Amino acid sequence: MKLRVDAVTKGYPGLAVLDDVVFDVAPGEFVSVIGPSGCGKSTLFDVIAGLERPDAGRVLVDGADATGHVEHAAYMPQRDLLFPWRTVLDNTTLGLEVAGVRRREARARAQPLFAPFGLAGFEHARPDALSGGMRQRAALLRTVVQERSLLLLDEPFGALDSLTRSEMQAWLAGVWAQYGWTVLLVTHDIREAVFLSDRVVVLTPRPATVRTQVHVDLPRPRSTGIALTESEEKVHAALTG
Amino acid sequence: MTVLEVRTRRWAGRVGPALLLVLVGLAVWQLAVDVSGVRPQVLPSPLRVVEQGWAYRAALWTNTVPTLQVTAVGFAVSLAVGWAIAVTVDFVPWLRQALTPLLVASQTVPIVAIAPLLIIWFGFGLLPKVVVIALVTFFPIAIGLIEGFAATDRQATNLLRSMGASRLDQFRYVRLPGAMPSFFTALRIGITYAVTGAIFAEYVGATAGLGIFMQVQKNSFRTDLVLAAVVVTAAVSVTLFALTYLVQRVVAPWSGR
Repeated sequence: MKLRVDAVTKGYPGLAVLDDVVFDVAPGEFVSVIGPSGCGKSTLFDVIAGLERPDAGRVLVDGADATGHVEHAAYMPQRDLLFPWRTVLDNTTLGLEVAGVRRREARARAQPLFAPFGLAGFEHARPDALSGGMRQRAALLRTVVQERSLLLLDEPFGALDSLTRSEMQAWLAGVWAQYGWTVLLVTHDIREAVFLSDRVVVLTPRPATVRTQVHVDLPRPRSTGIALTESEEKVHAALTG
Repeated sequence: MTVLEVRTRRWAGRVGPALLLVLVGLAVWQLAVDVSGVRPQVLPSPLRVVEQGWAYRAALWTNTVPTLQVTAVGFAVSLAVGWAIAVTVDFVPWLRQALTPLLVASQTVPIVAIAPLLIIWFGFGLLPKVVVIALVTFFPIAIGLIEGFAATDRQATNLLRSMGASRLDQFRYVRLPGAMPSFFTALRIGITYAVTGAIFAEYVGATAGLGIFMQVQKNSFRTDLVLAAVVVTAAVSVTLFALTYLVQRVVAPWSGR
């Protein structure tokens, strides 16, 4: 699926948030959106996810207008939002159930993902039995099992401690390579953006517009090194420049 | 130690101090009555209350049953009304602004003044008592539910919307289960008022029940039996209160603590 964010502008009374934001995401690409905090990244995500309507501009999916539609994207919010009244398995099937898939079939579809997501054996546990990293993996599982064409990840690792965060980034890079998802990630962590992405879209402070895009043409699997640091510096320069 | 032993100890640790205080209070009361020689019509000793309560256990029981019935029916009506209002308000947001002041106003109605009128309007049957109980208990339940629904996380709502959930789906999957802790808190507040409400309603006009029993005994200066009925009332209230925890454990086991 090809996503095009076409001149999206959005504001609230007395506050311009997004100003003519333009960029593309190619099928199978991993793109990060980075910007100063409070620059409107989350609003941009809400527009792409179809949760908010832009004042101007469109969201195009494979060339067709998908503004205000939700079916093209699976959304993973900042907090894991696993509900305590459901088991881990039933949390991951929530999106399928809402979509009208019968519970048994939904479970059968989520179940095989538990092992690659490092959650095997926790299907029938309550979410509060999981560690922070496991909770985020369960939330990601809930997102990908919906089999939507685009994954929207809103600072998924922001609340984790730095060690767990590094582990999760390496793990995400691995499963992404394996499954070939199209991913759009919002983050304010330069290292995370460069480590994971094919391309980093750098936003200006509010009202946000695309300042520049940094291509990260590094071979995968990646490890921290000189080349990575160079890309990080490019993004950093663009952010502060 | 087994789990049961641990639980029993924890329970004893929680209830123990209160129980001790009650025992000390009773001992002081007993001693004061014995020493002063005050007449039992004025102040009976705790032992006399127990003794006479036991002697009149049949009468106490036949009067407890109608009170329990009234409480059950009244509280059921109250629950139905509370839920109906809260769910309606949750689906029709502008109603919230319109209804909340009215709900609050309903609580400023002095029940003491209204209850005799209810007897005049509806007679000595079940209806006026049910109305009194519903009136005193529906409010905490409705408010607890309304606020429980409204406290739903905005991000959780967005997550559901991104999945394509309708408003009904959102209610079913998130708002309703999310409101359970708040509902059970409200339920506990409501149920403690329910028994007292029933007794008050009977006081105003009834043919049987703990309320009417107390009034009759008071008129014949049987202070000991009035207090025995008070003990029964308290026991019933505490039992119902404890029952809400049991219900919560069954309905929403994840919401405890």
